[in-house]
Amino acid sequence: MPNLKTLIPFAGTKEQEDRLREAIARYKGELGATMPIMQEAQEIYGYLPEEVQVIIAEELGVPLTEIYGISSFYAQFTHNPKGQNQINVCLGTACYVKGAGNILDKVCEVVGCKEGEITEDGKFSIDATRCVGACGLAPVMMINGDVYGRLTPDKIDAIIAKYK
Amino acid sequence: MNFVRSHVLVCGGTGCTASKSPEIIAEFNTQLKNCGLDSEVRVVQTGCFGLCALGPIVVVYPEGTYYAQIKVEDVKTIVEEHLLKGRIVQDLLFKEADAHGVEQSLNNTDFYLKQHRIALRNCGVINPEEIDEAIAFDAYKALGTCLTEKTPQEVIEIITESGLRGRGGAGFPTGIKWKFAAASPGPVKYVCCNADEGDPGAFMDRSVLEGDPHTVLEAMAIAGYAIGASQGYIYIRAEYPLAVKRLEIAIAQAKEYGVIGKNILGTGFDFDLEIRLGAGAFVCGEETALMTSIEGHRGEPRPRPPFPAVKGLFQKPTILNNVETYANIAWIINHGPAAFNCMGTEKSKGTKVFALGGKIKNTGLVEIPMGTTLREVVEDIGGGCPDGKKFKAAQTGGPSGGCIPASLIDTPLDYESMAAIGSIIGSGGLIVMDEDNCIVDIAKFFLQFTMDESCGKCSPCRIGTKRMYEILDKITQGKGTLEDLDILEELALHVKENSLCGLGQTAPNPVLSTLRYFRDEYEAHVVDKKCPAGVCKGLVEYKILSDKCIGCTACARVCPVDAISGKVKEVHSIDPSLCIKCGSCIAACKFGAIIVE
Repeated sequence: MPNLKTLIPFAGTKEQEDRLREAIARYKGELGATMPIMQEAQEIYGYLPEEVQVIIAEELGVPLTEIYGISSFYAQFTHNPKGQNQINVCLGTACYVKGAGNILDKVCEVVGCKEGEITEDGKFSIDATRCVGACGLAPVMMINGDVYGRLTPDKIDAIIAKYK
Repeated sequence: MNFVRSHVLVCGGTGCTASKSPEIIAEFNTQLKNCGLDSEVRVVQTGCFGLCALGPIVVVYPEGTYYAQIKVEDVKTIVEEHLLKGRIVQDLLFKEADAHGVEQSLNNTDFYLKQHRIALRNCGVINPEEIDEAIAFDAYKALGTCLTEKTPQEVIEIITESGLRGRGGAGFPTGIKWKFAAASPGPVKYVCCNADEGDPGAFMDRSVLEGDPHTVLEAMAIAGYAIGASQGYIYIRAEYPLAVKRLEIAIAQAKEYGVIGKNILGTGFDFDLEIRLGAGAFVCGEETALMTSIEGHRGEPRPRPPFPAVKGLFQKPTILNNVETYANIAWIINHGPAAFNCMGTEKSKGTKVFALGGKIKNTGLVEIPMGTTLREVVEDIGGGCPDGKKFKAAQTGGPSGGCIPASLIDTPLDYESMAAIGSIIGSGGLIVMDEDNCIVDIAKFFLQFTMDESCGKCSPCRIGTKRMYEILDKITQGKGTLEDLDILEELALHVKENSLCGLGQTAPNPVLSTLRYFRDEYEAHVVDKKCPAGVCKGLVEYKILSDKCIGCTACARVCPVDAISGKVKEVHSIDPSLCIKCGSCIAACKFGAIIVE
């Protein structure tokens, strides 16, 4: 995951911050609470901008570097916002040997941004993902959690069009 | 209780859910109601049946009729013909590819005939969201036996005697692991379950959790009793939302029934369970890294010793087993160790689940006795490569494993035989490759994976995987030399010997095994500057065969870079300086006139 600081200004609301502080209070004191808190924070904000990581660090009384160390380590955590429609193209082995690389190229071409990026209008983001466990349908991609299987490059246009 | 004369089982695994099985279930309920059958026929959403290639799958009991690739519009026919009039819908039946005739019963098909299901015994049989159904199939019976009739030592002895070894990859004897943890002193110990199935191409743990979650909970409680722990953690990938949901339901129901929680079955034994979500780091499948992650840190491995059985999670004695290992425990207690260790080979007992994927007809999950040969799995159960292509290699063990060439297809699948030919059983991913797959490209694919997933703590792995990837990338671009192959091999051995954890120690396996069995293909890349499979884009050229091209312009229209020129009804040509080798033209050509050289 690229650890770039996002260029999109932070626009968190008071309501989101209240929910975050409530979540931290709920987990505080439990063994190994940091990750569940960060997972919930990402659910609230959609990503983990610096401002959110500062709140978590201060509330838990740990250095910001520790929180950043965790958020930059795991692929699930992202410092950049995701598109309204999140496209995940599986690059697991079963999909790869069945041409997932060409699927990813085609998706990038149709959507108009690269892997790991978000389109300018914020509508789509594309990520290459590890195995989603639907190898029987390889090659597959997920859009907002819905799995599309047995893909060929010529099917991509029609699928993406549904989300435009 | 109503008398139910027929059960309609619909697969609710991830694959079939993606092919609309929830809509099929809803349609069944609607149609049954329309025919007035809703009180005598029950629709059950089960876990994975295993034959994902033919999903969505519907099985009707008591006949055991096996319908494959069912669409929502087929449901009406099945209800009106089969369930109302008692006539099996021949057109929708699962059919074997060859001349066996139409098989009606699930268990008589080639795909299932050679299987022996222990870990997957309830997958595709019960509704995983109903604890009563699990209990009707013996769930928590073994836990009751252990708590009321056996001492913890006896439980450990049974598991040791069964010969069960860890199914996550390393194959460490489970009973011995438990014995070490039981011998460690201390009032606080932990039982962990590794459900961070990160090996791309393996999905058996997901299927067990989605299809039979109670068997895992029960086994963890048994493990807790055996070693003296009262708290368990299940570390599961966040990418498996359905499995997480079913686990949550199962834990809530088990607590309600008093089989998990305080004072289990009135015996005074306490065992509680918590789910922790992984956050997408392959290294967290390594035991010490997994524990570090549960503790809430970067998931970096720790040097061993001390082993987790002595100092594990939160510095307390801990056992960590994989989902599939746990799925065998209750069965072993219920049937006795002899029923388990009579299967398999001398040192590899019982069965193993493999996830068949890649270029094979019957993709899906198969559970076979250890020692079954690769040929039986690929040809008999898997049905061989589709489209008449030639089997080239099977890749086992994911990024930690190796490639088995066609010449070794009669190798038995067990821990020792696999190790002898430079591969591993691993977690059981088995990806089949045909003549269209490039071995160097596959090795590069795995190195890119391990390079990305290396945690960075130790330098042999962090730097070594990157350098290996760079050499492979150079080779696939046609810039490699023979000397590169020697450097690659030397580096691979160095990384294998000096890395801290299993990730780095096994990361070179895909390179070493392919260099061993497919050196000629590497040499074709570096000496002849050719990719025999036509995969490596830097080494191939697209050409139009003048005798086959009819000038339909289909290729020129789809080419994204306008590299194809030619007039209507005249032979077209490709400008190699513009061509990006995307393959769009090949897909568009209806006459097979475009080739890759």
